[in-house]
Amino acid sequence: MIETIASAALSESANSPGWFLVHSIGVGMGILGLVFFLGTAVGMVRFPDFYTRMHAAGKGDTLSTMLMLAGFGLVMMEDFSAGSWLLLLKILGIVLFIFITTPSSSHALMRAAFEDDEMPLGEKDLKKLRKRGGKPSAR
Amino acid sequence: MGASLLVLMIPILYRIIMGPTGFDRILGVNVIGTKTAVILVIIGTLFDRVDMFVDFAIAYALLNFVGAIVVSRYFNRTVPLQEMEKPKPRRRAKV
Repeated sequence: MIETIASAALSESANSPGWFLVHSIGVGMGILGLVFFLGTAVGMVRFPDFYTRMHAAGKGDTLSTMLMLAGFGLVMMEDFSAGSWLLLLKILGIVLFIFITTPSSSHALMRAAFEDDEMPLGEKDLKKLRKRGGKPSAR
Repeated sequence: MGASLLVLMIPILYRIIMGPTGFDRILGVNVIGTKTAVILVIIGTLFDRVDMFVDFAIAYALLNFVGAIVVSRYFNRTVPLQEMEKPKPRRRAKV
């Protein structure tokens, strides 16, 4: 998919270096977003505790979604017509919406978990966990 | 980009299925819902109707946010202020 987008950006704007620069910035932002989402996925699997998992998911999810959507809006931009501007404006609206809502929803989830007596791991728990070889026991 | 997003969703699906607490599952559902908005915009290029699919993505992001807020309100026990200020023994984390 990335190769097709990159080749499309290359073929469309071979005659104008400005559009090639805009499209390659968009593709680069998409790839950077995928890297951040890889961090989120690894963190969700590897971290030992609910709060650390929430840390990985909240940050990486927000930034990767924003980067991917903004880069996609730059790639879809082809000319300065009204429809193209409207599309970019809508995508930037989603980016702003996600920038506001994802941290607040993860804050609400964290607060609900803390009120529900879900305690974070302490120093002793981590020592116990290391003695057992890093495997948490099944609840 | 869409295919690699789908591949990277597999570890989060693992966390949803195997998650030790319910909150892990809700967190995974939230992450996947946010990424579905991105995938919807990418699907729009396949049908050449990106302007239409962007509206779908806006609606999906809104529903995802409302769902996360509702679930966290549901799990949050609302206690009165006098009981909240009383020191209560919290149980330790199970390792």
